[in-house]
Amino acid sequence: MIWGSLDNFLAMGGYGLYVWGSYGVTLVVIAAELILLGRRKRSAVGRIG
Amino acid sequence: MSINWFKYSSPQTFFPLAGRLALVFGALAVAACAVGLYLGFFVAPTDAQQGESYRIIFIHVPAAWMSMFLYVAMAFWAGIGLAFNTRLSGMMASAIAPTGALFTFIALWTGSLWGKPTWGTWWVWDARLTSELILLFLYFGFMALQAAIDDPRRADKAGALLALVGVVNIPIIYFSVKWWNTLHQGASVSLTKSPTMATTMLTAMLIMTFGFWFYGIAAVMLRARCIMLERERGSEWAAQYARAAA
Repeated sequence: MIWGSLDNFLAMGGYGLYVWGSYGVTLVVIAAELILLGRRKRSAVGRIG
Repeated sequence: MSINWFKYSSPQTFFPLAGRLALVFGALAVAACAVGLYLGFFVAPTDAQQGESYRIIFIHVPAAWMSMFLYVAMAFWAGIGLAFNTRLSGMMASAIAPTGALFTFIALWTGSLWGKPTWGTWWVWDARLTSELILLFLYFGFMALQAAIDDPRRADKAGALLALVGVVNIPIIYFSVKWWNTLHQGASVSLTKSPTMATTMLTAMLIMTFGFWFYGIAAVMLRARCIMLERERGSEWAAQYARAAA
């Protein structure tokens, strides 16, 4: 463990806002894409029947 | 051995294959990103100049590469569709666009969050950043144009023209850091020079690139399946699938 503690890990040497802001938003948009794809699939199937 | 490449060129036969590919590449994406993030956060050392802020690189560069790669893939399928009038090609191009836009957005967003601590600004109108923003607008333009045309075959043709014309932007993005004096740094990794990065940093970044690539394939396959169901909803295979899914 190169960070020593969770606090150090989250702080990212003072760059926490930038690093986690990058990773967080990336995770959110990917999750959003997958949720939208699931919805689109269900509605596509729904319109067939 | 001869392979019948045309077997999978019809939606009916490609639909189940796309489902299997989405599963396989989705699993590979999770695995690659897990390894890449572990290496990136727990093995790669602190950067001597940038401290920990450089760790944004593990998503920024892979996302930027994917944003360009997916555009070329989209234009390729659009071009094939235009040339051979194959049904599936246009569907593939349409399936790629939103995921390409997503990676372009991630590249711009993470670049902005990286620019603030290292350059002192969220945004600058230099050639690299501006051409990448234009890429985002090309994706949006492609999607908006297709959405505005009711007949899917005509939407494919119009979109294909836009996609093919827009390809000119890709070398502009790639070489912008060479052709112009940009605030954005030059390439740290290229095919002709040895990389100017620590090995663990480079390894983590390349594994994340594979992770994003696999994710991109999985997302595109899932969206292609949606598009096939939407466009072929009158067909027997789609009805069969809907009955089985219900």
